[in-house]
Amino acid sequence: MDLSEFANDIGDERPVSIAGMGTRGGPVDGVHTVMAPSGVEWVQPDEMTVRCGAGTPLDELDAALAVHGQSVAIPPSGTVGGALAVGQSGIRRLGYGPVRDVLLQAQYVDARARVVKAGGPTVKNVSGFDLCRLLVGSRGTLGFLGDVILRTRPRAGFEQWFTTDADPFELFPKLYRPTSVLWDGHQTWVLLEGHERDVTGQATRHGLHAGEPPAALPSGGRWSLPPSELHELVGSGSFVAEIGVGIVHHEHPAPVKPVDAAVVELHRRLKHEFDPTGRLNPGVELVPSA
Amino acid sequence: MNALVADLRAVLGERRVKTGPSELSLYRKDSSNMAGSTSVVCLPETTAEVQACVRIANRHGVPFVPRGSGTGLSGGAVPLDDAVVIATSKMDAITSIDAVNRTAWVQPGVLNLDLSKRTAHLGLHFAPDPSSQQTCSIGGNVANNSGGPHCLADGVTASHILGVEVVLPDGTVTVLGGEDPEPDGLDLRGVFVGSEGMLGITTSVCVKLTQDPPGVKTMLMDFATVEDGAATVSGIIAAGIVPAAVEMMDQLCLGAVEAYIHAGLPVDAAAALLVEVVGLPEGLDAEVERIMEIAREHRVGSVRVARDEAERALLWKGRKSAFGAIARIKPNYYLHDTVVPRAKLPEVLTKIYEIAARHELDVLNVFHAGDGNLHPLLVYDAREPGTAERVHLAGEEIVRASVDAGGVLSGEHGIGLEKRDYMPMMFSDIDLDAQQALRRAFDPHGCSNPGKVLPSPAACGDIHSVPEGAWI
Repeated sequence: MDLSEFANDIGDERPVSIAGMGTRGGPVDGVHTVMAPSGVEWVQPDEMTVRCGAGTPLDELDAALAVHGQSVAIPPSGTVGGALAVGQSGIRRLGYGPVRDVLLQAQYVDARARVVKAGGPTVKNVSGFDLCRLLVGSRGTLGFLGDVILRTRPRAGFEQWFTTDADPFELFPKLYRPTSVLWDGHQTWVLLEGHERDVTGQATRHGLHAGEPPAALPSGGRWSLPPSELHELVGSGSFVAEIGVGIVHHEHPAPVKPVDAAVVELHRRLKHEFDPTGRLNPGVELVPSA
Repeated sequence: MNALVADLRAVLGERRVKTGPSELSLYRKDSSNMAGSTSVVCLPETTAEVQACVRIANRHGVPFVPRGSGTGLSGGAVPLDDAVVIATSKMDAITSIDAVNRTAWVQPGVLNLDLSKRTAHLGLHFAPDPSSQQTCSIGGNVANNSGGPHCLADGVTASHILGVEVVLPDGTVTVLGGEDPEPDGLDLRGVFVGSEGMLGITTSVCVKLTQDPPGVKTMLMDFATVEDGAATVSGIIAAGIVPAAVEMMDQLCLGAVEAYIHAGLPVDAAAALLVEVVGLPEGLDAEVERIMEIAREHRVGSVRVARDEAERALLWKGRKSAFGAIARIKPNYYLHDTVVPRAKLPEVLTKIYEIAARHELDVLNVFHAGDGNLHPLLVYDAREPGTAERVHLAGEEIVRASVDAGGVLSGEHGIGLEKRDYMPMMFSDIDLDAQQALRRAFDPHGCSNPGKVLPSPAACGDIHSVPEGAWI
């Protein structure tokens, strides 16, 4: 994908922000705003890879992959680039793995308006430093994603949500590779995928009843806890917790956690190396600065 | 005794600071065909001791090299410029295991297979399984983002490392990532995994453990052509099946291994596929059925499904003893590691045979066909004059052919010293500049394993090309 126009628009001097579809907070106010190219370039189902512009709506990507019975492990809404830049996984992370494992190669535009390639086009690659990992979740503070190659996965032949009153911490170790286990302190939801008879067999064995996923997830805050601490949530307010993962969709904002000074310093140095004048998404801070 | 050694001994004692000529010559190399030089080897047992070693090296302006078991194949742990070797092999404790949430904290010196043995009674294992898993360490796996046959379905090491306690190049101790799924800020854990010891040293690792599957089926199929074998693999993936592992062996390899272990391998076939699927019974049977169907569409010869664990172990033994088997052909081998898009496998293999023939070398191929990760094994006798040069030239051509086919330099061994000067085949100066920027942010003075990965290193010592005499 030709990114020269995108790079020109970003330029190398004035502060600049990047917009997707605004589903995750949108661009920084009051500065020049760019949009990444959009469109699915190719799908290679038997290589388990897809290439698209970072501005591609996830719905469009999903539709292009559905034709081949595949999908990507990125939660819906907004653009591919927006989802990667924010780096939050969906409620199927337990089964599909985190968003950060999806990005194989990225072409991004750096603070000097240069097009940089990170990673490689194959599902397995350890050639050099893993800049893709740095980019996922970097919220446009180190560079703006232009086009990406993503790892795809086959869609399951069958999926079904179940509900149960069972204690999720006792149930979870007994299930074989559930796609999602959610808990609100009273009720447990389980998503199973695979061969239909295997799914119903597991459900029967563990007393699960076919049902619907939670109607809505509390959106006051997104907490990140060690999975072993989730049982301590009872009495903290209204929540839906991802068992085995540790993400909690909560009515209250996440408690502020201290960040180690060495980690803060690494963030400062990385920002300085990649964007010395602070022109990319000015004001966006990933960790509280010292 | 010099001041550097005296300072190190003041912290670690005499026994764990090695300076004898035989020890130094042992630590000059890893399992690659390269060697460097070191003046002192440290064997710390705690995070605080690792930190002290790093600080002392810094104070004396000497670079340091982290080392695990020394099973690396790209020269990543080869010390250059008399660097201090900091080996974490004595740090081999499993600190804690959380069976419910399937995590464990382990020290870097824990051996890969030992971790799985220690969690087996819980029905859990550590999924990354390099062929050297009996001897390679978790710390080394973290440094190289190591692979193995089961990465196809389970992902490489980076997907199984939740957090790392590290000593940064300036001697600061911190934790990157951790047990919570979305730590604030950048994914520094992800950046550290696969950084080949150039961003600091791992002193403790939080690993994700994987549930043992309830059922497993292992199949061996043979084909009259490599193309048929490769097309079968593509067909399996396109049908929505991602096997736990798909390994391929070519004819020369099958012959060598069969002569060595007598497992009844199809020695007349051009290629054999070892396919393993795991899961619950219904899905498993349906997948085996579908895989057989796809194989028949591609003119499979015979299909052997392991009847029990003993037969399964025998089939895997065939796959994992390739390196022992080749010793019967020639005394030396050079193992390569590249990745190509699966559709290009037959084309690139043909090129590899052609390259080997032109350089008058034998080549065996045993590799992870599921993800296109090739492992051409060039076998030779180093005592024949001029052979080493031919091996080196053939290797470079193989790497180039892989990259030209839309592949990458390394799938699981890393870049290290071996492929450092090949990086421009894949990356432009601008791309390498960005990798250099990352390195500088972690290691402004370039003291942590300098001279690796990046072709024009900024380092404590200034090394511009692979040192003369590094290839042995």
